Amino acid sequence: MADTITATHISGHADHHDVDYLHDGKGLKSWLTTVDHKRIGVMYLWSILFMFFLGGVFAMLIRLELLTPKQTIMSAETYNKVFTLHGAIMVFLFIIPSVPAALANFVLPLMLGAKDVAFPKLNLFSWYIYMAGAFIAIAAMVTGGVDTGWTFYTPYSTTTDGSVALMTFAAFVLGFSSILTGVNFVATIHNLRAPGMGWFDMPLFCWGIYSTALIQVLATPVLAITLLLLIMERTFGIGIFDPKLGGDPVLFQHFFWFYSHPAVYIMILPGMAIISEIIPTFSQKTIFGYRAIAFSSVAIALVSFIVWGHHMFTSGQSQLASAIFSFITFFVAVPSAIKTFNWIVTMYKGSVAFNAPMLYALSFLLLFGIGGLTGIFLGAVSVDIHLHDTYFVVAHFHYVMMGSTVIAFLGGLHYWWPKMFGRMYNESAARVSCALVFIGFNTTFLPQFVLGSRGMPRRYYNYLPEFQFLHQLSTVGSWILGLGFLIMAGYLFASLRKKMDAPANPWHSRTLEWQTASPPITHNFHEIPTIGGGPYDYYRPVGKGRNA
Amino acid sequence: MSSHSHEVAEHRFRQHHFVTADQQLDTSKTGMWLFLATEILMFGGLFVGYGLMQGVYPEAWVAGHHHLDRVLGAVNTVFLLCSSFSMVMAVHYASTDQKSKTVMNLGITLAFAFAFLAIKYIEYSHKFHEGLLPGRYFRLAEVGGPPQQAMFFGFYFMMTGIHGFHVLIGIILIAWLMVRANRGDFSSAYYTPVDLIGLYWHLVDLIWIYLFPLLYLIS
Amino acid sequence: MSEQAHSKSHSPLPYLLTLIALLILTAVTVAASYVNFGSSTVNVIVAMLIATFKASLVALVFMHLRHDKPLNSIIFVSSLIFLGILLGFCMIDVDSRERVYPTGLRQVDPPPGAAKTAPAPAAPAPAHH
Repeated sequence: MADTITATHISGHADHHDVDYLHDGKGLKSWLTTVDHKRIGVMYLWSILFMFFLGGVFAMLIRLELLTPKQTIMSAETYNKVFTLHGAIMVFLFIIPSVPAALANFVLPLMLGAKDVAFPKLNLFSWYIYMAGAFIAIAAMVTGGVDTGWTFYTPYSTTTDGSVALMTFAAFVLGFSSILTGVNFVATIHNLRAPGMGWFDMPLFCWGIYSTALIQVLATPVLAITLLLLIMERTFGIGIFDPKLGGDPVLFQHFFWFYSHPAVYIMILPGMAIISEIIPTFSQKTIFGYRAIAFSSVAIALVSFIVWGHHMFTSGQSQLASAIFSFITFFVAVPSAIKTFNWIVTMYKGSVAFNAPMLYALSFLLLFGIGGLTGIFLGAVSVDIHLHDTYFVVAHFHYVMMGSTVIAFLGGLHYWWPKMFGRMYNESAARVSCALVFIGFNTTFLPQFVLGSRGMPRRYYNYLPEFQFLHQLSTVGSWILGLGFLIMAGYLFASLRKKMDAPANPWHSRTLEWQTASPPITHNFHEIPTIGGGPYDYYRPVGKGRNA
Repeated sequence: MSSHSHEVAEHRFRQHHFVTADQQLDTSKTGMWLFLATEILMFGGLFVGYGLMQGVYPEAWVAGHHHLDRVLGAVNTVFLLCSSFSMVMAVHYASTDQKSKTVMNLGITLAFAFAFLAIKYIEYSHKFHEGLLPGRYFRLAEVGGPPQQAMFFGFYFMMTGIHGFHVLIGIILIAWLMVRANRGDFSSAYYTPVDLIGLYWHLVDLIWIYLFPLLYLIS
Repeated sequence: MSEQAHSKSHSPLPYLLTLIALLILTAVTVAASYVNFGSSTVNVIVAMLIATFKASLVALVFMHLRHDKPLNSIIFVSSLIFLGILLGFCMIDVDSRERVYPTGLRQVDPPPGAAKTAPAPAAPAPAHH
């Protein structure tokens, strides 16, 4: 491929060469019709941040309601709807698209030395589908709400009132957006790497996103058909999932978790991918065990498809199936631990700088450690029988989803913010906010492990008086967390009003996205970069690296 | 075709972020195959549900399938296979710069597709008339036999309905190809859309190859 | 040398032969459905084998997988593998559930007092046939 590149190919579009992507075209229309992956990434970013805000408000309401054992601010019916909306928004509208569709959309082609993703129009189309899904979801909230929990378990979801069909349809539509993003990224990574960039010359972020995209392509279609079956079940009473008509509700759970367990890895793998970028950069050291991390991403993606039954140990699934699923579940720990050890060893004898992105990465290591290890409790059938559907599970998946994915997302946001918008944020404020988020998060969710192990069931509106102290602690934690996010919003928005001041490479990273201007020009690079080394060659002097 | 006009075609259809037309073609094909993989898994979910429920209610499945006309099903299979053949011929002629034959074969494909839908329409209206409807609309009193036939027809309408929807999308896409082929957009240097929509159309055929014995031929 | 230029050298004859083979196989499937192979499971397996053979012909010849990059075949085959995973694990569960403790999934008498639209007996006993 490399020999086909000639000067004529590179020097097309000379007129765009010096304009950064933010100023290449003005007005709303230039954004809504753009096919530039960077602009689409930014549009995704604002969309998901809005959804994060919305889901966050619901979370604060849940915690506020649980301040007292009886009714505090809302009725039980409202409470059911609020926690359903919190879950559905956070999962389908925020976390799943957060890193892949927003950050990776922006960064991935830059890291590969490409001008764009493989299918730019499809990329824009998938954003419109996302927006359509978001509007349908909001319509479902306004027209009656949903009280099934984000998992839409049958037979409750086929019998309850409310806009279940509409919300399910929203998730169906959002699934298509996710599929198209996945298709786009797999094709991009296969075919658009810069000349000379082999698979093992890619930054590890690309490996993580590649594994994620594989899951998006292979698992999401099953969710689509499951949700369609659920809609048909509600409309026509087909009976596939309805025991009253001879159907099998456990089958719904199989179908649902065939997607939704891999989806958990759609959420965590990109988070891990970000950590694999931040740690070598802020340690100024080659990542330890590149291939081990790369392969463990793919391994996690593959194993994720054969463990879904561990969500169903108490569902009436056969004991044989439970035993098999439990056994395989422990294998997930192996690649996850490989990654964690490699990240820690990367820092060893590095020159570690504690900037905000690195603080998030270190928080990630701690919180993912707790989230991952408590997952082993829940993967064991005998323990899970007792902990299933308690606050222990709630705490566990929040440690993984929020403590790991969201923290990594925030790390990535702070890491690439100067690249995306060409402005540095207030570093001290960022460190304070990171500390508040970390403290707030642990105050919110650490007590929930205790609550769960003492028998507090999840999704309950009322609770026994002896649980009140821990619930109140958790609620106070949510306020600290909220404060942290408020400060973050403050300094990030403030940075946008400044003049552009970010250097091309503020963190002295060696990956390709930092070798172009901040913010990048529309076509990413003045010349297609050629690759002559690994992405983390910090042992080479600056300027003598891969892109010299 | 001269090498100069090749370059013109290459230049005209190559998007800026690809270095060569080959790279663009490879990428488009990979993208299409990834999309087809999602289609297979989506239909596959239905197949799995269908198969598992068949294991639980074999009598209902056998009773249900007796209401399907396997002759019409077989005729439809033949229609789709022939349309797949004319589609692949259209790709072949597009790749060898034979414009009128490309358009003709696309036309034949369309004709078979419409014939398929016409037969589907006959089958559906027949079923509606006899009360062979999905789920709670199934008129068991009229039909008789095991009540889980309602579930069988739920699957039947879901599977053939989604498949029929894909045929409909295929018709729109092939019509669009005909317009473009007639305009002279395609040549041996560039016929990617014909190739990709061809792949899609073959997948629609491929899924029917499984649907036909699963639905019509249970004994 | 482009992929598109490659296919120029192909004669359309294999396509025609494939079509003929597919039509013959369709006739064979229909014919086989009238034959009783002993149990319905065997009949289903025969039908699925023929369908798979037909599908392979379509994929290899019509969809050009035999000349295409291996990546596309890998994508195609992996979609089938993952489908197999879904089917396999669901079958493990559904098949072993009954043996350990009966769930009553196969006896679908309506719960006492439940309104049922179907007047016919819920679970047909073998004696009906």
